[in-house]
Amino acid sequence: MSKKLSIIIVEKDRDRAMQIVDSLSLSGDYEISVIAEESGLARRVASLNPDIVLIDMTNPSRDTLEELAIASGPMERPVAMFVDQSDDTLTKAAIEAGVSAYVVDGMRADRLKPILDAAITRFHMFHRMRTELEATKQALEERKTLDRAKGILMKARGLSEDEAYALLRKAAMDQGKKVIDVAQALVTTAGLLS
Amino acid sequence: MSITLNAGYIPLVDAAPLIIAHELGFGEEEGLALNLHKAPSWSTLRDLLALGQIEAAHMLAPVPVATALGIGGMPVQLEALSVLSVNGNVIGVSPQLALRLREHGYRFDFKDATAAGRALIATKQRLRIGVPFPFSMHAELLFYWLNSLGLPAPQALVIRTVPPPLMAQAMANGEIDAFCVGEPWGSIAVENGVGELLLPGNAIWNFAPEKVLATRKGWADADPDLTGRLVRAVWRAGRWLGQSSNTTTAAEILSRTDYLGVSAEVIDRALSGRLVISARGGERKTPRFVEFFEGAATFPWKSQAAWIGGQIAARLGLDRDDAMRKAREVFRSDLHRQHLSRTTSDLPGASEKIEGSLSQKTAVASESGKLFLLPDQFFDGRIFDPTEST
Repeated sequence: MSKKLSIIIVEKDRDRAMQIVDSLSLSGDYEISVIAEESGLARRVASLNPDIVLIDMTNPSRDTLEELAIASGPMERPVAMFVDQSDDTLTKAAIEAGVSAYVVDGMRADRLKPILDAAITRFHMFHRMRTELEATKQALEERKTLDRAKGILMKARGLSEDEAYALLRKAAMDQGKKVIDVAQALVTTAGLLS
Repeated sequence: MSITLNAGYIPLVDAAPLIIAHELGFGEEEGLALNLHKAPSWSTLRDLLALGQIEAAHMLAPVPVATALGIGGMPVQLEALSVLSVNGNVIGVSPQLALRLREHGYRFDFKDATAAGRALIATKQRLRIGVPFPFSMHAELLFYWLNSLGLPAPQALVIRTVPPPLMAQAMANGEIDAFCVGEPWGSIAVENGVGELLLPGNAIWNFAPEKVLATRKGWADADPDLTGRLVRAVWRAGRWLGQSSNTTTAAEILSRTDYLGVSAEVIDRALSGRLVISARGGERKTPRFVEFFEGAATFPWKSQAAWIGGQIAARLGLDRDDAMRKAREVFRSDLHRQHLSRTTSDLPGASEKIEGSLSQKTAVASESGKLFLLPDQFFDGRIFDPTEST
């Protein structure tokens, strides 16, 4: 029986970190620590001497971990997990989900796989939520702009809401632009004139 | 029908050749649809490249060299087809440290590396310095400079890795006393009142290869047609960037949110070589603060790679001759020359030079015979002969 694998999760958001911890715990028995503080990251990681470090690929502080590659210590030669190119699907899935993992050199693939699978699933969920949130936000922003543009036209030209929208759409078609762009231009201009 | 090529970059002024190649149609001219990806960190960019998610990347010149030496987190090797930019970094200090340097008699001329270095050493402070990546010209130039002046670097320093866009914040948080970073992020520290600029990178080495156009080892040899299109498109973008009449346009394009998301005025400082060094507004003129074209700037000299390899090896206790030999292979001057042969480019006949030997603009043997190289001296007057074994 080999000793429990120790895993570090680098994640500022406490809720996200706990969700990752929960997913990993379901996939096996590991020693898991979370580092939320990004300053001195490499030192903190090195002092915990983990087998695996999981970090969001979009986290700019990831570069700090590269210091481990030149630091002396037990994790002297950590390798990005993508190195195992024998498992192309896993690598691809990890990149798509935006998870990167530093793994102590020489770790067996069968010990790593369940951990990565769990992390990938969880990161995918975060990624989807973030995309959805952004899309929703943008849609709301656009609707707000559109409403304001319609309001301006209704007041200035005495139109109904439908007529105002039809006018915006026609202007957009004539100029080969998107309705939202025309609306935005109108709102900006009106702001300058008022 | 154009071919799509995925290329990655980090939001920095010296990503300009890729961005301009895309925006101004130099890619299209070559039948190339450049699909640009902004990466959050150097390690992510390197991994995307190594794993084939992108075909080419704006990359720190020492990264491909490090991969050839088998160090760093990714054992896939990279190579450099072109140099994207020469110089372009700044060294900055915190306002507190700036005050101490003034007390030690430094005048902030933004030029004299010896005086600036001596003043830094005279503070007798164990400096915490931020660099963007362990394998970067920022780290190499810093260490070379301070070592030459008698301060054992990096041993006597505390080196912190901080991604470029976060450098000003690290300074504001008091995590570092100084930094070496690519523009516009040094100027952003000045704008935010958290840093003052001490030196431009070219005060340490007049002609330091800063970023390269990197691809996976073997990729360029396997697809010469696509490689040729890419190298030419980026070279033409560099030529456009090298004309001073284009800096205003370039700054506007780079400033877009999709790219750097920083005001065009701040970006223009690096491109025009007029750096504002402190929040009080002091401006210093630095000709060739960043160079994209003049003096065969795009040419990947094997001697530049050898210098980088030698420096890394010496620091990490690797065999220096072996490292220099491996490093040379990484800078593909052969491919650069081959793929630009159909352009009006004028490239040097040699692939190596004695680094640090040119004190002024000098005519050299080239294909057309009209090529001038620019000064490439080190601040301490040392010379690096790549053929000399240690």
